[in-house]
Amino acid sequence: MDLIEILSFAFRSAVGPLAITFALAAIGLNIHYGYTGLLNIGQVAFVMVGAYGLAITVDVFGGSHVLGALVGLGLAALLAVLLAVPTLRLRADYLAITTISVGEVLRLATRSSQAAPLTRGADGIAGLGGPFYALNPIPPGDYGFWIFQLGSERRVWLMLVGWGLIALMCLLVWALMRSPWGRVLRAIREDEEAARSLGKNVFSYKMQALVLGGVIGGLAGVYYAIQAAGVAPDTFDPRITFYAYVILILGGPGRVLGPVLGALIFYALFQGADVLLRQGAAGGWLPLVEWFGSQAIGATRLALVGLVLMLLMIFRPQGILGDRREMSLGA
Amino acid sequence: MSATAAGGRLVAVTLVVALAAGGLAALGALAAPALAEGEESLRGTLQVDGDPVEGVRIEVTDDAGATVAEETSDADGQVEIALPGPGSYDATLDVDTLPDDVVLRDPDRATISPDVSPGATRPLAFPLQDADTEEEVVSAIPWSRLAQGSVNGIKLGLLIGMASIGLSLVFGTTRLINFAHGEMVTFGAVVAWMLHMTGFELPLIAATLLAIVAGGALGAGMEKGLWHPLRSRKFGIIQMLVVSIGLSFLLRYLIQLVYGTQRQTYADFAISASVSLGPFRTTVRDLLIMGISILVLTGVGLMLTRTRIGKAMRAVADNRDLAESSGINVGRVILIVWVLGGALAALGGVFVGASEEVTWIMGFRLLLLMFAGVILGGIGTAFGALVGSMVVGLGVEISAVWLGGQLKYVWALAVLILVLLVRPQGILGVRERVG
Repeated sequence: MDLIEILSFAFRSAVGPLAITFALAAIGLNIHYGYTGLLNIGQVAFVMVGAYGLAITVDVFGGSHVLGALVGLGLAALLAVLLAVPTLRLRADYLAITTISVGEVLRLATRSSQAAPLTRGADGIAGLGGPFYALNPIPPGDYGFWIFQLGSERRVWLMLVGWGLIALMCLLVWALMRSPWGRVLRAIREDEEAARSLGKNVFSYKMQALVLGGVIGGLAGVYYAIQAAGVAPDTFDPRITFYAYVILILGGPGRVLGPVLGALIFYALFQGADVLLRQGAAGGWLPLVEWFGSQAIGATRLALVGLVLMLLMIFRPQGILGDRREMSLGA
Repeated sequence: MSATAAGGRLVAVTLVVALAAGGLAALGALAAPALAEGEESLRGTLQVDGDPVEGVRIEVTDDAGATVAEETSDADGQVEIALPGPGSYDATLDVDTLPDDVVLRDPDRATISPDVSPGATRPLAFPLQDADTEEEVVSAIPWSRLAQGSVNGIKLGLLIGMASIGLSLVFGTTRLINFAHGEMVTFGAVVAWMLHMTGFELPLIAATLLAIVAGGALGAGMEKGLWHPLRSRKFGIIQMLVVSIGLSFLLRYLIQLVYGTQRQTYADFAISASVSLGPFRTTVRDLLIMGISILVLTGVGLMLTRTRIGKAMRAVADNRDLAESSGINVGRVILIVWVLGGALAALGGVFVGASEEVTWIMGFRLLLLMFAGVILGGIGTAFGALVGSMVVGLGVEISAVWLGGQLKYVWALAVLILVLLVRPQGILGVRERVG
């Protein structure tokens, strides 16, 4: 087992573009679940709408990337409103059921041949991100030292912008949540009836929270489309929501920096586990592939993540940073 | 719990299992003959509406593209192709050798790629149809496909209904929406597949019965090992929902780990004679699936309305505290709900696997339809789940006539949202404040 390789890969992943995407998605989810107590199990739908908003604007309508990003965010807001109207007046589980279905159905609709003129079906849309890299001020080269390897100037530029976005969003969440508006959201999470009896329009606040968190999820999608230089429907599967939950609950729901800390740790562990399992398979001391076949490593890793989510939720629903008294929702 | 109540419960559970067993025995009698031992082969029957199609050439190539075997169907439409060994092959039906009035039902499926494990016989399934069937489709309203869609829809609705009874009863008695319920469906299908196709090579009937038992045990294990302890620690409902999401991923990927990502069918059910009832065309297999589902659902319905345990379940669902204070052992009732739900989910899984294919993700797909059905019918009501499931099943399959197979789930979602807007308590739900 090569510890340096594991550590180096873990670090590279923890600060890399995918971790940034998930941190952004989890910041959005934090507004839903952490602050307002809305159980959105379809965060992937917002990410997907953001990514496809950008991709379709650029690819089909020949718009600029900036316009595309705005369209992506706008569509995410629209999706949030459409989801809010039928579900937010009902019990929490109705939102959960509707969002999980919307996520999967959007994916199926996007990859269908009927939608192909707009979405290019299952193949997805490639060739995004050119103008983004054209702005790159960083001189070419390979950055990093020892186990802290960052990669090429393109990757460093992506990470710089990504972490900038995360910082901006954290600032926004911090400012909003210490405002009276944020206090109403938390009051709704703690006791919806009490908030209503104080004359607050609970439905409207929930809707605003859903839209805001959804738009931040859409931002994650825009960023994802640029870092992957394209979009394909099948990358937007339910795993994305699931990772975002693990990240959020690991870091601490209802805390500004919870999702960021969660994303760092989750991606380091997740990718570290991948290298570890692969080395185990290659070295023969963990013959998963021999026993079960080529899907074994990915499947084992995801099963472990499922177990981690269960254990976290049972034993430490407040994560690393949170306060347990705040996060016993719906008790 | 009193002895009479326990007796009633036993009768009820035995009734359901016996119904399922009886139906399955009938199914077994009509299934394909026993497989040849020890040698790898492909076999199938080419037929249109039960009439054999003779003289169709099928060519088999190996991984490298070299032709390893070639056979022509005999007077009974049967083809059996011996293979040089295990491995993956491509079997191609030579379309030019089909009679003029016969075409492939799906023109893109002239080649199938079976993976043959050592000593196994894999089905050669090339669905054929009359060439005129194609022409009917062009007419304004595609009656024949509509009829076909209705049959498929009834079947799908029954399967969704059977699988979602557990989901609905668990919600009714514990207020938990179990997102891992889809994996209970996959679990049943995969357990049956393992017992049937690998190692043990049990006939599918026996494998299904064991899968039903395993599904019930899984349900009991979840309740005893996870949900009961969480409830006694006063966990909030949202926390439990998130735990069930974690559990669903744990189970889903454990199944993927053990079963793999391939799509497989059950050998016993791969080929089945087709039956025409007026405009409705179906197969013996699907008729049996529908028949058994109706029997099982009737059994469950009788159990819920006539037996002591069924009444206890409804009482707990209606008002848990009142039920408890009138002497019902709520913990017992909930445990039995989990066992029953797990067993029915497993049976539903085997049926979905038999009528389509077994995959690691099949349960999650079905879960979305189950949600739509359960909410449409009224969440927490067992009969509502059935009504809702039938509407969703029919809607999905009939909409597929116009929308095509890729968009049929969109319809189910549209229904879900429409119901939430107009009548959130569902068709059979009681109007109460659900906000």
